[in-house]
This record gives sequence, C-alpha cells and structure tokens, in this order.
Amino acid sequence: MTVPSTVLATSEVSKHYDSLVALDRVSVEVAKGECHALIGESGSGKTTLLRCFNRLTSPDNGTVTFEGADVTGLDPVALRRRIGYVPQDGGLLPHWQVGRNVELVPWLEGHDDRTDRANRALELVGLDPTTFGRRWPRELSGGQRQRVAVARALAAGPDVILMDEPFGALDAITRADLQESFDTMRRDLRLTCMLVTHDLHEALALADRVTVLREGRVEQSASSNELRRAPATEYVRALLHRARIVHP
Amino acid sequence: MKVLGAGFLLLLLAQSPGPPGSRPVVVGSKPFGESYLLAEMFAQVLEAGGFTVERRLGLGATEIAFQALRTGAVDVYPEYTGTGLLAILGEQPVMDARSVFAHVSREFRRRYDARWLPPLGFENTYAIAVRTDVAVSQGLRTLSDLARDGSDFVAGFTPDFIGRPDGLPGLIDAYGFRPAEVRSLLPAIKYQALAAGEVDVIDGYSTDGLIARYDLRVLEDDRGFFPPYEAAALVNGAFADANPDAIIALTGLSGRLSEDRMREFNRRVEVDRESVALVARDALRSVGLVERDIAEVSRPGAPRPGLARYLWDRRGTIASLAVRHVFLVGVSLLAAIALAVPLGLLLERKRQSAESVIRGAGLLQTVPSIALLAFMIPLLGIGVWPALVALFSYSIYPILRNTFTGVREADPSAVAAGTALGMTPRQVLLYVRLPLAAPVVMAGIRTAAVINVGTATLAAFIGAGGLGDPIVAGLALSNTPMILSGALPAALLALIVDGTLAAVERRLTPGR
Repeated sequence: MTVPSTVLATSEVSKHYDSLVALDRVSVEVAKGECHALIGESGSGKTTLLRCFNRLTSPDNGTVTFEGADVTGLDPVALRRRIGYVPQDGGLLPHWQVGRNVELVPWLEGHDDRTDRANRALELVGLDPTTFGRRWPRELSGGQRQRVAVARALAAGPDVILMDEPFGALDAITRADLQESFDTMRRDLRLTCMLVTHDLHEALALADRVTVLREGRVEQSASSNELRRAPATEYVRALLHRARIVHP
Repeated sequence: MKVLGAGFLLLLLAQSPGPPGSRPVVVGSKPFGESYLLAEMFAQVLEAGGFTVERRLGLGATEIAFQALRTGAVDVYPEYTGTGLLAILGEQPVMDARSVFAHVSREFRRRYDARWLPPLGFENTYAIAVRTDVAVSQGLRTLSDLARDGSDFVAGFTPDFIGRPDGLPGLIDAYGFRPAEVRSLLPAIKYQALAAGEVDVIDGYSTDGLIARYDLRVLEDDRGFFPPYEAAALVNGAFADANPDAIIALTGLSGRLSEDRMREFNRRVEVDRESVALVARDALRSVGLVERDIAEVSRPGAPRPGLARYLWDRRGTIASLAVRHVFLVGVSLLAAIALAVPLGLLLERKRQSAESVIRGAGLLQTVPSIALLAFMIPLLGIGVWPALVALFSYSIYPILRNTFTGVREADPSAVAAGTALGMTPRQVLLYVRLPLAAPVVMAGIRTAAVINVGTATLAAFIGAGGLGDPIVAGLALSNTPMILSGALPAALLALIVDGTLAAVERRLTPGR
C-alpha cells in the first residue's frame, strides 16, 4: 500500500462572522481517492469549511491547500473549474436544458468535445443523454435533478468533488438509491471527495474518513470504523447513540 | 453625464438653422377653438401671400405657446393683450384697451423681442356664465350678485383660469366671490358640465360659439375687473425683422374682425363642426383678404357622417398619425432600453449606489408631463425632439427598476451554483442573472411602453404630432368624433403593444 498523497487540507483555519465563530482552528486532510465526510449540526461550520476549498469563503486565519498549493495563490475561477461542486438543491440553471447544464464547465473551459463529455457524465450517473439531454430542469424529479447536478460536477473530469448535503432533500428511498450509485461511481473513478452531511448514517456508509464539527471546532477526525469503535468525546458518543449506531 | 451629453447633442440638432428663406413660416395656436381659427386665418393669409406655412396648432397653453414663440420654434400665434399683460408680464390689470396694447407692445419688444401686431378688432374677455334659469330664480345679473348669492355654488373653471392672477385669484380679491367648491374643467367640456347641472358657474370666453347654444347668462363685470383682452398676432422679433412681407400680410387682418363676426365663426366651428380651414377661408373672404375661387374644402351644411364613416373617411390621416405615434413611442422606448438595461446591470454590481440612482429616475417620473414638456421648450424648442426626450425620461424608471430587481433577485441557488462551478462574475451576470431576469425586465419594458402610448398623446401640446393631435384639436373644438379618431386608435395601439410584449415576455420565461 502506498502512502496516500494529500489533495485537500486545511491547517488551523478560523473564520468569524462578526461575533459568530464559524470555524475555530480547524485542520483536516483529505487523501487522494478518499471520501471525507464533514458532519455536524446546522451552524457547526461544515459548509463554511467546504466553501474554503474552492474559495467561495476566505478564512480569517490559517491556510487552505489544494494539491499542496495554498489556494490564496490560485485564481479562484480557475480553481473552481478544477473542482466539481454539487449543492444541496442541485443548483441547476432553470433556463438551460439538462444537456447544456451538464456542459457548463467544459464550455467555460472552451472544450470542443463538451457534448461528448456531458453525455458521458450523464451516462455515468445513470441518465440516458438522448432522453434527458433536452429536458428542462423543472421537468425532472428531485432525484434526477441531483443526478444531473453530479453529472455536471463531473463533466470536466475533475479529480476532486465537493458535495454540500447532496442527498439531504430527497425522500428516503431515492436517497438510498443515489447514495449507492454514487458510492460505486466514486470508487470506479477514484474520485477524491468531500461530503458535507448532517446524516451520520450517510457519512459512515459513504466516507472513508469522518470529521465531526461542533460550533466550529473539530470534535473528532477519524476513519469511519474508528469513529464507530472509539468516539473521542462525549458529544460524538451522544451523536452515535442518537443515531442508534451501536458499538460493534 | 451620458444623459446631459445626449441632451446637448439633441439641442444642437434641434437648433441648427436651415438655409435662409427656405424655411416655412411656423404658425402656432393654443388649444381652444378660437385660437385654432385665428391661427388658420394667419396661415391662409400667409399662404395667399406666397409663403409656405407649417401649422403647429393646439400648443399646451399660454406658457408653452409663448415659450415656443420666444425661442423661435413658432413664428406667430394669436394671443390676447390682457393675457400678455397679466399672465406673461405678471402685471396689474389696466382697464383701458389702448394703454394695455401700448404697454404690452413696449414691454414684449424690450423683454422678449416679441412684437404685437395691431389688434384684430375684437375683444375676447372672460365671460362668467350661469344657467339662465338659475340666474332668473336667484336674480343674478352681475358678478357682485354672484359674490353675494353664490357661496353655495360649485364652480367649474379651466385650469388656466384657476391659476392666473386675472382669473380666480383676482376674482376672489375683486368681488370676494368664494364658491363652495372649485372643479377644474377642460375648456371643451365646461359648457356641457354647466348645462347638465354638474357645476353652477363657469369661465367662458365672450366670443365662444357655445354660449349661444346653451341657455346661459353672462354676468356683467360691474366692477370692471377683467382687463381688455384684444386679440392680436404675436410675432417673434427676429422673424418679424427678417420677413417684412409676412408682417404686411398678417397686418392685413388688423381691425377687420368684429366680436359678432367672431362669435358667428366660432359657432360654426364649435357648434356646427365645420372644418376650421373652411370657416377660416370664409372669414378671410368676408373681409376681402383672399380670392373667392379657392378650391372647396368641404361643402358647408353637408350632413354629418356617423362615427364609423368619419373614421373610415379619415383612415389615411389616422394611419399616418398612428405611424408618427408608434415612431415617438418606439424611438423613445428603444433609447430608454439602451440606457436603463445596462444601467440596471451595472447597479447590480454597485448596489450601494443603486437605490439613490433608481430613486432619481423615479423622481423624473413624478414630474407632470405637461410641466416636463414646458421645461424642455427653451432647450429643445417644440416638435419631435422634446417629445422624444420626455417620453424617454418617463420610460427609464420602470425599465431600470425591473432590470435591477430582476437581476438582483434571480434564483439564488442558480447564481451560487454558477459561481461555484467557475463562472466569472460577468458570466454569472450575462448567462445566469440576466436570462433569469428577462421576463421581469420585459415586464418593465411593457409597462413603459403602455404608459408611453398614453403619454405620447400629450406630445400634441408641443407640436410633436401623433394621435394626440385630433384629441387636442377635438377637445378644443368640442368635436367628439375628432377626439375619438385619436383616442380609439391610441387605445387600440396600447392593447396591441401590451399584447405583443406580453407574448414576448412569455417566450422569455426560462425553462418554459
């Protein structure tokens, strides 16, 4: 087994909104090919942390690196095009058909084969390009919309994908379905992925590592098994208990 | 700054003089029957003298017509000496007609370089009128009687009269007349309102053709409050100096028209609805100023056609007025879109200054249209340019407000996703915010367009033409079919514009 190289990392990152502490000296590392879940309650800082990686948020202190480079030295627009992004509600552009939505990043990058890339990405998430390519976003179900959002994030072939509660707004059956196909897909593609969720089951099922955030601080950062086996704090223990996840 | 620059450019265009001698003589009038008739007489006299004449009839009111004359946009229009003294010079009433004329002649030449030609021969003073049955039952004969017994009267006065020092304010001072209520009435409807009992007393003109038609009593001005209002041609000084032949032709009318004759001619226009051109020609013939063999315009006494027939007969004229109307609305609207949409997008990026800029545009909206048009005469003269600028000014606010609101409130999750996936702020604006805002922007354009179709009818007051022309003239001449020949097409045009733009708006709705 080779030593995994770090793709995403933060070191001692802090962020304040006026008097509110969103992040307090947070350090995390995501290895290549790893799926890393950020879990916590609303306001725990997990989305803020995610947004630091593609510079949608700038931390007050600490450093954020992407493939070893400090992101403050990178052009934010270029950086974002190299990192896939899936928001909770899909964020599809309602005035563009599915095909054009998925082509977005290849188009921004000026790729001639953007339609092929988009079609491949749609197939990857289990949607037939000929059926879905010309549909409008409002003609899709919630699950289909999230699949399109994932396809859009992958169309330009990024190595890294950031997901902000991507399955949070779906019904339980659809969610399980999407979780399963995502898990298969990201392993096939060896995607590095950071997943924000408030669902501990989802985190433990999909992620190799889990970081638990509480009021901007890291409670525990560990592999899924380790977290399950040895919760580091009372808070994590309570979290596991509430989710009815029993010790193995 | 852009607006100022554009205004300056327009100014240059509007004032560039044509080659000398080739320019037609511009004859103006105010928007009431006698003014149309006198102006038409001026025009025909000039034409008989070999001049080419451009008619700019029905100009706003005293303020607009006089501004137009001062600035040279109009060369001559009929005015009244008393109006000149009180409303334009703002001086105290003088009772002797000769002194008034001598005074206004001197002062207009000195202050405005404008010339009064010798009066036409009749006075047209205010005639405060009540219904005869009311006069008889209450024993009203004089204005003093009215002041004593009329405190429970509802007065229907023209806006001009209500505001002028020689109008209601003076009447209150001189007689202590305080009606229970004062309603503002257009000249065209005041007689009908009085006859129908909607109001009890009105300000007529002593030569109005309509006084005789309704059973009215004119109350005697027993304290001699109203000064003499002798009708005369008022001429721009530079024009007068450069065109002595025109002055000679116009002066041919001086002293030739008696009050009885004018009342008769006015009656033919206002009551019998004969064409102004025809009555003017007869009037000139009766004083021997034009030959008898001018082609018939229309036969007097011909049976009045029905409205449909009237509109059909005038279809060519109406169509060309409608084309002019569409031109006014279209050009001003396109200019407003060209300014307001980019400005709205810019303000989305500079939100701190957005509210104040938009409020500024909104302030423009609150200036009454007639006032805005009057403001612009010194800058742009009369005609198409000031009308375009006024309509442009009114169109900015709805388009700007909707563009700004539309792009600002465009689907936040789509905007966030666009940014997160690597769109530049400019790309987010052009490819996400603007298309999502398109229906809202379009709704603003639609609002502006429909308002413009209506407002453009007022452009007739400054000689810009369009469907307002027959409305203004019809109101002045109490000619309902004429009013409708402008109002109906204008209403139809508004519906068509609204429907068309609504269809465009639907097509622009994202993700149909």
